[in-house]
Amino acid sequence: MKPRHKKISFIALAVIGLSLVTLLILNAFKDNIVYFHSPTDIKAGKAPVNQTFRLGGMVKDGSVKHNKEGLKVTFIVTDTIKDIEVNYEGILPDLFREGQGVVTQGKLNPAGIFMADQVLAKHDENYMPPEAKAAMDAAKTLKNP
Amino acid sequence: MIFQKYAAAKYFYPLAGKCLPWFTWLCVLTLAAGLYLGLFVAPPDYQQGETVRIMFIHVPAAWMSMFIYASMAGAAAIGLVWKIKLTDTFISSAAPIGASFTLLALVTGSLWGKPMWGTWWVWDARLTSELILLFLYLGFMSLQSAIDDPRRAARAGAILVLVGVINLPVIHYSVEWWNTLHQPASVARIDGPRIHSSILIPLLVMMAAFKLFFVSVVLLRMRSEILENEAGSHWLKEQGV
Repeated sequence: MKPRHKKISFIALAVIGLSLVTLLILNAFKDNIVYFHSPTDIKAGKAPVNQTFRLGGMVKDGSVKHNKEGLKVTFIVTDTIKDIEVNYEGILPDLFREGQGVVTQGKLNPAGIFMADQVLAKHDENYMPPEAKAAMDAAKTLKNP
Repeated sequence: MIFQKYAAAKYFYPLAGKCLPWFTWLCVLTLAAGLYLGLFVAPPDYQQGETVRIMFIHVPAAWMSMFIYASMAGAAAIGLVWKIKLTDTFISSAAPIGASFTLLALVTGSLWGKPMWGTWWVWDARLTSELILLFLYLGFMSLQSAIDDPRRAARAGAILVLVGVINLPVIHYSVEWWNTLHQPASVARIDGPRIHSSILIPLLVMMAAFKLFFVSVVLLRMRSEILENEAGSHWLKEQGV
């Protein structure tokens, strides 16, 4: 082998080796890198008990109930398979609405209700003007009235 | 080969000088067009309203932060194998620009995150890996300035850049591999972009403008670094510098 080829193969091997090491490390920390758990994870007992963690999913349509006095609010977070009821007191972000993604932080109480101390809205990857959204909704109702 | 000639500072320096005004003017034009389209023509988003306009800076800046790092890594590999001085000049000229774009992406993302998510910062996989990218740029720059011998500094820097390249796929796929607060990719995806064309076109124009900005600034910086390195050499005197 020419010295130059030796160098190329050395660099390639080093990068591949480092990638493998990174892959193994990331795989080992898999559960810690996950930013939130889904309701299905929690019902399956994968979420930490008696410890603060994050619950993520969609706010179920028609489930948001504001308390008349104060900032208390209850809603249901769903991943369309399992539901979890969430209690929260505080200001909700702009993007918080029914049918939208949400990430909440808190603890599960013995009754299985998630007592949140932080609610973050999760945006999805779709961007469009309001008219396009209206047209899409109209097409949807035409298809399945 | 014709390209090999331009790897020598003697030929690269005048060539870069000839190209520079073209890139600069193209950059000014596309940037003006992109900003006008993004701020005045593009419609507000159905969910985010006017806040969506932050994306026209944030997304191209984040793409540039990765693109510049990838180009530095490519140059580092070439430089290590073929021992071309010009690649070292390129890497050290590009690093501060890449760091600036990374910082811009982080700051604009934070400004978007507060009203939309409800927080300035979260330690999710996407945000954390992008922050690591900023530290890689800063680490490279401090390593370069810590070593006095320019050849050893270039070699150590090239190796650091190559090691850090592993972070790029982690940034890109972080939103798919793990649950993150950051949304998944909207443009670079197999089933096509998920952005309405009225928002996508200004975004792509801004991306072109940022690319041209990078080329212009990196050529300018490379020229001044060549002047510094080759001060007093024959060919510079011949060109009347």
